[in-house]
Amino acid sequence: MDDALKKKLTILADAAKYDASCASSGAPKRKAEAGGLGSTTGAGICHAYTPDGRCVSLLKILLTNYCLFDCAYCVNRRSSNVRRARFSVDEVVTLTVEFYKRNYIEGLFLSSGIIRSPDHTMEQLIRVAKTLRQRHGFRGYIHLKTIPEASPWLIEQAGLYADRLSINLELPTEASLERLAPEKDGAAIQTAMGQMGERILQAKEEKRRFAPAGQSTQVIVGADASTDESLIRTSARLYDHYGLKRIYYSAFSPIPDAASILPSQSPPLQREHRLYQADWLMRYYEFSPDDVAGATESGMLALDVDPKLAWALRNRDRFPVDVNRADREMLLRVPGLGVRAVDKIVAARRHATLRLDDVARLTSGLKRARPFLVAADYAPTRLTDRLDLRARLAEPPRQLSLF
Amino acid sequence: MASAMASRTIRLRPGADLDGFRAAVRHLVADEIPPEAVTWAEGDAPSLFPDEPAAGPAAPALALPRAVATLVPAVLMHRDPERHGLLHRLIWRVAQGERHLAEVASDPLVHRLHLMRKAVGRDLHKMHAFLRFRWVGAGDGSGEGSRERFAAWFEPEHHILAEAAPFFAARFPSFDWSILTPDGSAQWDGRTLSFGPPGRREDVPEHDAFEAGWTDYYASTFNPARTNLAAMRAEMPKKYWHNMPETAAIPGLVRAAGQRVGAMIERAPEAPVKRVPARALAAMAAQEPASLEALNAIIRASEPLVPGATQAVLGEGRPGAAIAFVGEQPGDQEDLQGRPFVGPAGQLLSRALREAGIARRDAYLTNAVKHFKFEARGKRRIHQKPTAGEVAHYRWWLDRELAFVAPRLVVALGATAVLALSGRQVPITRARGPSDFGGKPFRGFVTVHPSYLLRLPDEARDEAYAGFVDDLRRAASLAADLAPSGAG
Ligand code: SF4
Repeated sequence: MDDALKKKLTILADAAKYDASCASSGAPKRKAEAGGLGSTTGAGICHAYTPDGRCVSLLKILLTNYCLFDCAYCVNRRSSNVRRARFSVDEVVTLTVEFYKRNYIEGLFLSSGIIRSPDHTMEQLIRVAKTLRQRHGFRGYIHLKTIPEASPWLIEQAGLYADRLSINLELPTEASLERLAPEKDGAAIQTAMGQMGERILQAKEEKRRFAPAGQSTQVIVGADASTDESLIRTSARLYDHYGLKRIYYSAFSPIPDAASILPSQSPPLQREHRLYQADWLMRYYEFSPDDVAGATESGMLALDVDPKLAWALRNRDRFPVDVNRADREMLLRVPGLGVRAVDKIVAARRHATLRLDDVARLTSGLKRARPFLVAADYAPTRLTDRLDLRARLAEPPRQLSLF
Repeated sequence: MASAMASRTIRLRPGADLDGFRAAVRHLVADEIPPEAVTWAEGDAPSLFPDEPAAGPAAPALALPRAVATLVPAVLMHRDPERHGLLHRLIWRVAQGERHLAEVASDPLVHRLHLMRKAVGRDLHKMHAFLRFRWVGAGDGSGEGSRERFAAWFEPEHHILAEAAPFFAARFPSFDWSILTPDGSAQWDGRTLSFGPPGRREDVPEHDAFEAGWTDYYASTFNPARTNLAAMRAEMPKKYWHNMPETAAIPGLVRAAGQRVGAMIERAPEAPVKRVPARALAAMAAQEPASLEALNAIIRASEPLVPGATQAVLGEGRPGAAIAFVGEQPGDQEDLQGRPFVGPAGQLLSRALREAGIARRDAYLTNAVKHFKFEARGKRRIHQKPTAGEVAHYRWWLDRELAFVAPRLVVALGATAVLALSGRQVPITRARGPSDFGGKPFRGFVTVHPSYLLRLPDEARDEAYAGFVDDLRRAASLAADLAPSGAG
């Protein structure tokens, strides 16, 4: 690899890292054809972790970090003084293929600053994906970040080559977008998401290959005044209406050469973490947005306890729950019991009566679960009424990030 | 009745010896030998079973619940020397009547076996993730002789090589590779996967031309403001690091992180050096195709949604035509000639237009879908109806196209055209006649597609054809009524 290319890679990877999405999941299982390259496993693979604890799965780069837009939160906005670079289509293709062959990556996540016009930019992104698929028989994962301002037919063509498409919402309200991203148009973003959602659904029904891993989006947390409750309600709407596979919450992070209208502070990582947990509760634990909202304090999720525990503390009358009798839905509400632990409990209790020791073998969260459950040899001593329960279960404050 | 036997020693091949273990367990169960009476050993000496003469012919296969049968091969890959004994205990208890034991995850034995399976699964996953290939060379010949060769050194924690290798064969069939481990090696030559003796780290090249670039990438994608070493180590334990080139960057990244973040937070925003690129911004907004030719150039350059078509078949006729006809999609002839309505259905349409008093060259003719879709049957290409999703993909172009042509009346030929124009599936029998396509800026008229007439039996065709010509006449007079000069 020559130095010029290495330098570009450094600049354009640095510029892309603020996009939180890293997943290589959701694509149907595929194998390479003879002479081709690449496969997908369904669940995705993280090939390395950086010292921020985040997964390195895809070669995540921008085609260019030149941009005509001026989004205040973005390191690539036109008014920023960062170093700029631009890859050619072939350079991205070569990097992807060579990195892939060495088993460094699962595929490519390609995004771009907007140069010349949204359509021109979108065409370049599509050309990279198409070259990988057609010229190299590449069956690995491709995630294309879609430019919502591009013409609708281009947006749809991206789905022919990509596994996953994303259109970033970035800010949850129109007002914030207007203030911080003057060239962006909230309505256009949502229209594009809706259009994409429809096409993906339709293609699935018609058994055509079109963005089989669905679409995702990212919302920045902490760059505007939106509450957690409004973020969660927005998410619920996006999951519902546009069939999004995933929503990424990205704690607003200080960037080199930041804009003056934004807070200069450490990223709110704990808040981001709580939002992911709340999102998780809605997707896998049968919590409604109202349930989550009910666990907030003036719209904000607690930082010292997780949202499930916060909900349980507010709804103490629904506990304790008997692990040998309660239905699955209620077991899922017990703090400290994950979906897997609950499924194991349900399977095991068909053939055995569970005591506290048994439960301890099925979950690593027994400390949190204990006050809320009943087992054959155990009942909490009115623990659920104790006023200091929250303090006893709260986590010591620390910098945390799961993703 | 089985007699209480003296303790037995069973010797299996080292590693995950599934066949040996299965044969041994069949005998042990058949002879009702309890786990306490068995000592398991690994080594190259031949196994006591299955051909121990005293045991007689091979013992019958065991019918084990699925949850047990799937647990056995996974646990056998574990490096724990107790694995055979633990599995034997599980199978023993199941055979004694605890049929559902493996589902009771809270049972201490099952719990331990589940943890072992999990450890093996994790090791497999990490091998798929963390193994790094290095380029060894490429043949200089042509064809087969020019294949590239790669090699990797990896130290799995458990006996997983045989289980892990097929993943790499499915992913990297196009070059030769070998994976060397302290327990054995795997080779792929483009056709077969084979296993061999242990390898040595020195057998893999020390460098690779892309490692420095990859390490730079790794360093650049790290965000110092989010440093979280515990999370990194939990997912990428240190024991893997020495075989992963990029981890060399970690100490430097961690050392500099605090200072980098501090600098970013403290630095006052700088005034942008660049002026606002007003001209570029204005130009950016003007990306919409400005003319029918520009739109057609885009369509021509676009990939068909369903592969196979020779070319895009564009609309034909005069912009400003009073009537536009929208068909379904090009057929075989249209696809080859690159013009709409030139096949049998098109010829029938031309005839009907003539009889209805419409000059084909004064009208605009196009299709809802611009590429031919077919199923190849021998040499013949059999037309296939576009799906609703395909129609929706192409509707953007149709909308723009009609906006440029700006006809006074648009005639939808058949249900696909109606779907493209109105976004709704409506049976032609119901929609036939004047229509506004649910709020389009032009008037509309719905009739059948001429290919429908071709498919009718002879006796029905004449009447249907007459009805079609009649529809076209009505459409023509509707268009005439809509003419600006004729209004009022
Ligand atoms: S459009 Fe906005 S968010 Fe995207 S690269 Fe340009 S400035 Fe950044």
